[in-house]
Amino acid sequence: MLELHNGALHVSEILARWCDEEARNNYGAYIPFVGTVRSEDSIDGLSFDIYEPILENWFSAWQFKAKEVGAIVKMAHSRGDVMLHESSYIAAVFSPKRRVALEMIDSFVEDFKASAPIWKYDLKGGNRIYAADRSTPIKNSGLLGKKS
Amino acid sequence: MVQVEFLGPISKEPMQLEASSLHDVAKVLNEDSELKTWLESAAVAVNDTLVSSLDVALKDGDKVSLLPPVCGG
Repeated sequence: MLELHNGALHVSEILARWCDEEARNNYGAYIPFVGTVRSEDSIDGLSFDIYEPILENWFSAWQFKAKEVGAIVKMAHSRGDVMLHESSYIAAVFSPKRRVALEMIDSFVEDFKASAPIWKYDLKGGNRIYAADRSTPIKNSGLLGKKS
Repeated sequence: MVQVEFLGPISKEPMQLEASSLHDVAKVLNEDSELKTWLESAAVAVNDTLVSSLDVALKDGDKVSLLPPVCGG
């Protein structure tokens, strides 16, 4: 399940709802990761653009990968502005046993950071500034920059 | 015609190009000096599938997307 929300995520509602959704499905482990906007570099908050078609393809591939080991993944992310101490990202893995979920939440979140088509901007003094220095080129980037 | 879209922080309107492969798209986009840095760091998708080579044939109505470096979460 992939959820995109306008603005900050309602963390307790999402975590409780996901827990309820899977309560009777015999998963022994539920491991959520919650990303919260921290106060640093004088920012007022963060803002996000998302390209949904490729995000959906990326997430579907992860659902397939999780299913192969009897697990499921869920993810929620914000579009637009999220202010300090609010949350913009929640990921979770449910699996029959803890080891699969512990390993999958790590690889899922790392691949999310490297591959999900989401762009982050710092909100600072009324400006929206692309977080270029914290961004990662997607695999096979730069193709068009090469001489052909 | 092929539609080229610039995603995220690349503030550029979509373009319509005559192109039969990504090599043709690269040739046109490299003539735009404002795009130089983005071309060196952007990933490329054709019809919402990321590609790993310019050897991709394009047909009328195809969509080419440029995805600059990402940072979700």
